[in-house]
Amino acid sequence: MIAWTIYITFAGALLLLFLPQVFARWIALLTTIAGLALGLAAFFCTPITDLAHFTTIVRVPWVSALGMEYHLALDGVSLTMILVTGISAVSTVLFSWDVEYRQNEFFFWLLLVVAGCYGVFLSANLFLLFAFYELVIVPKYFLIAIFGSTNKEYGAMKLTLYSFFGGIFVFIGILVAYVTAGSLDMNQLAQFQFPPQLQSWAFPVLFLGFAVLAGIWPLHTWAPTGHAAAPTAGSMLLAGIVMKLGSYAGLRVAMNLFPQGFHMWSKWIAVLAVIGIVYAAAVALRQSDLKFVIGYSSVSHMGFVLLGLATANVLGVSGAVLQMFSHGVIAALLFAVAGRMIYRRTHTRELDTLAGMNLSRAMPFAAFTFVIASAASIGIPGFSGFAAEIIILIGAWKSYPLAVWITGAGMVLVAAFTLRALKQSFFGEAGAEGEVKKVAIVTALNREEFNPITLAEKLGACLLMFATLAVGVYPKLLLDRIMPAVEAMRFLK
Amino acid sequence: MITAIIFIPLLGALAVWVWPQRNCRVIALIFNAISAACALGLWRKFDATGTGMQFVERHAWIPAINAEYLVGVDGLSLLLVLLTSLIVPFAFVARPTPGGRGFDATMLVMQSALYGTFTTQNFVLWFLFYEMSLIPAFLLIKIWGGENRDRAATKFFLYTFLGSVAMLLSFLGIYFAKGTFDFSALASLGKNGLLTGKLAWLAFAGIFIGLAVKVPLFPFHTWLPDAYQTAPTGVSMVLTGVLSKMGVYGFVRLLLPLFPNEIKIIGPWLLVLAVCSIVFAPLAAWAQRDLKRMVAYLSINHLGYCMLALFAVAASPTVTANIDTHAALGGVFMQIFNHGITAAALFYFVGLLEQRRGVRGISDFGGLMQRAPLLCGWMSVAIFSSLGLPGLNGFIGEFLIFKGAFAITALFTSIAVIGLLVTAIVFVRTMQSLFSGPLAESCSAFPDLLRREKLVLVPVTLLMFAIGIAPQFMFNIFNTTVVHMTRLFG
Repeated sequence: MIAWTIYITFAGALLLLFLPQVFARWIALLTTIAGLALGLAAFFCTPITDLAHFTTIVRVPWVSALGMEYHLALDGVSLTMILVTGISAVSTVLFSWDVEYRQNEFFFWLLLVVAGCYGVFLSANLFLLFAFYELVIVPKYFLIAIFGSTNKEYGAMKLTLYSFFGGIFVFIGILVAYVTAGSLDMNQLAQFQFPPQLQSWAFPVLFLGFAVLAGIWPLHTWAPTGHAAAPTAGSMLLAGIVMKLGSYAGLRVAMNLFPQGFHMWSKWIAVLAVIGIVYAAAVALRQSDLKFVIGYSSVSHMGFVLLGLATANVLGVSGAVLQMFSHGVIAALLFAVAGRMIYRRTHTRELDTLAGMNLSRAMPFAAFTFVIASAASIGIPGFSGFAAEIIILIGAWKSYPLAVWITGAGMVLVAAFTLRALKQSFFGEAGAEGEVKKVAIVTALNREEFNPITLAEKLGACLLMFATLAVGVYPKLLLDRIMPAVEAMRFLK
Repeated sequence: MITAIIFIPLLGALAVWVWPQRNCRVIALIFNAISAACALGLWRKFDATGTGMQFVERHAWIPAINAEYLVGVDGLSLLLVLLTSLIVPFAFVARPTPGGRGFDATMLVMQSALYGTFTTQNFVLWFLFYEMSLIPAFLLIKIWGGENRDRAATKFFLYTFLGSVAMLLSFLGIYFAKGTFDFSALASLGKNGLLTGKLAWLAFAGIFIGLAVKVPLFPFHTWLPDAYQTAPTGVSMVLTGVLSKMGVYGFVRLLLPLFPNEIKIIGPWLLVLAVCSIVFAPLAAWAQRDLKRMVAYLSINHLGYCMLALFAVAASPTVTANIDTHAALGGVFMQIFNHGITAAALFYFVGLLEQRRGVRGISDFGGLMQRAPLLCGWMSVAIFSSLGLPGLNGFIGEFLIFKGAFAITALFTSIAVIGLLVTAIVFVRTMQSLFSGPLAESCSAFPDLLRREKLVLVPVTLLMFAIGIAPQFMFNIFNTTVVHMTRLFG
């Protein structure tokens, strides 16, 4: 049944091409809601024991002579990813409710991204996984190149080329696996004993290829540029789901196939992850564009995911999966506030300019949302960010105590830049004495023009806030399903 | 049946010649349709599980030298016959202004020669058709070409002709040693070494050069950008879509079965050439300002993948017929067909851009998305297909080639992957400067796709998707042939 998430989303995208514009956003909304509903149904109806293994749900021969199959499977990890995809997708459509420029096309590309992501998360055949993985690149490119804002051509190009660059390493890695083991079936490959010598070089090739998309330092530079250039919906999807494709595939494919290679390299991944966390947070502290701040914060948070994966124990890896969920929701929320609520109304993302506007009065709901999002992002207990990061750090403590110390310092930086962004964008009454007056006039003028926060935006924000709170308060909900699935993977020490 | 397919276009050429000028394109298309219908009939009756040649027709022709009229098809030949009957009509339609009956007649003669080349199984007859395609191609470039056509046509002719002469000499040598021109007989002799010593190497070199020029393989490719750039759109489509496949076909049919030992010895060097084609061609494309020339260079890259897999299969010293060689060879056949339709489509699009603006430099366009979204959309599909994006035809062929070739020669294949990346860069850059950005002033009155153009594009694009999503119907054509051939090479 869960396989229908893919079909419905593709069907919705196709439908958008043929129906008139009036229906566009409704089709998109219904399609994404259907996807989320299917995910939730699977979440509540599938027995937890079934989620402990990568259980086949659909298996149709495709080009069977060559080991290519249309093979989908599900376990706790992929189900979590399906859920976050559904949640981000619905809220993204809600936050794109008033897109007017070439609406059909916009939602068409958007749904294609979502469908491709569903496909990656469910694929149990390497060929299929790669096909979906590459398929996501195209709609991403068009979303940014057509509908983007600041420097969109450059951002789209950079992101696409980085994706292709990573894709090529992935391609080589897949070929190595196929040629050595003679199968493309991920479950079979996960049983196969690759020679250690081969693993020692095949693992980094494959993992790095995937990690480009996850924003691993120093291959992260596409992320802030791409996020800033993308339209709001694009940034929400990019940060919310697409970056997870990289970390998910790194876990599912690279680590599962080449466990010994993973153990040889895990400490280097941890090093890169920690550098990423601290470095990106430090850079974010110095940004003046709100979207760049959030873009760098994404890189920093994805560093936690990588650190969790590098721990190679159940806790750390489960924490990483939880963090993928959590960051998907939080990043979507942050970008929604920055891109849709603030930028659409003030036409600026410069923190200094925003500081003079004192937006918390003009848009109390947006301010509330941003406070929640920031709190979740900083990792205040009660939000999903805290649950995930604490689990990752506990896991990391067993493997790399030093990394935990450094990361702890990094978390202070995360808090610092998030609070700075929060203060300047919403609560900034400070500013040079002389400027206050001028700014006040501007603010008054702007306030007249401000459209109130729409219902669609409120719904979208509430959905995301609910998700981060629910998981933050009761992480067991997801962890019960993630941990058995992680335990079944074979790279654990 | 096959005879009918070969000679119907020739009849068409005659008919066009005697018919009044006005309707000649309609006549040409009718004859095209008839031969295409015959080709489809061939496909329907074709037994996909049978090894060996089917629909064989054998008549004595020149008994003195053992030259027979011998035609027949296996999966590979059938594939190429289908490709020919698909691409040539598009080439007719791609021509915006009637070029007169001379153009149509010449094109039909070329089509007949192509059908002949892909179906004959005897060298003398094959060579006749092979040469017969050269002259119309030369005339088409020379008379109807654009700027610099004389030089390009002469260069094209000299390169190919010298290659053909070398090939002919080699075959004469083989004939004097073995006394037969029959492909299958030669192939079975080839298993144990057709010739020995210096003679073998001479014969090998002659045939290799003849075919390498035709494909073209680095460093024999320099005629290609000139010729493709100058030729009118329709002719470029046929040149890249079908004519270049004659070279690949020749490699599969002649060189690999006849000289297995020689290829094994110099295999690594051949692989180096293939990898050079794959890596250097897109780099050259990157530097081009002219869209048509850029697409031409990328064509070299795509055929390089075919060469890589072929040489990998044939050159590996320990190769056995297994799933990898099947994948590689199946990928080559797939790529032959895919590149045929995709590259032809790309040339068609470049032609459309040129018609609308009169120029085709990359920097002459900009912001087309605003004026012609449909054209940009459909062109993106073709570009992505050429780039090898999943869901479109290009991906299947390239994936299989890489999958198979990697198992045999991991090193060369890994280097060849760079070609994929550079191609991606070239295409993304092109799309960027053509489609997005501010609208170029000169493009302000840029018409979108006309209905006539849509009629051409929709079926081709649907075919790209069909092959990309459910390639099985294509594999069915040549699966048995692939298995049979890998056994032959192994």
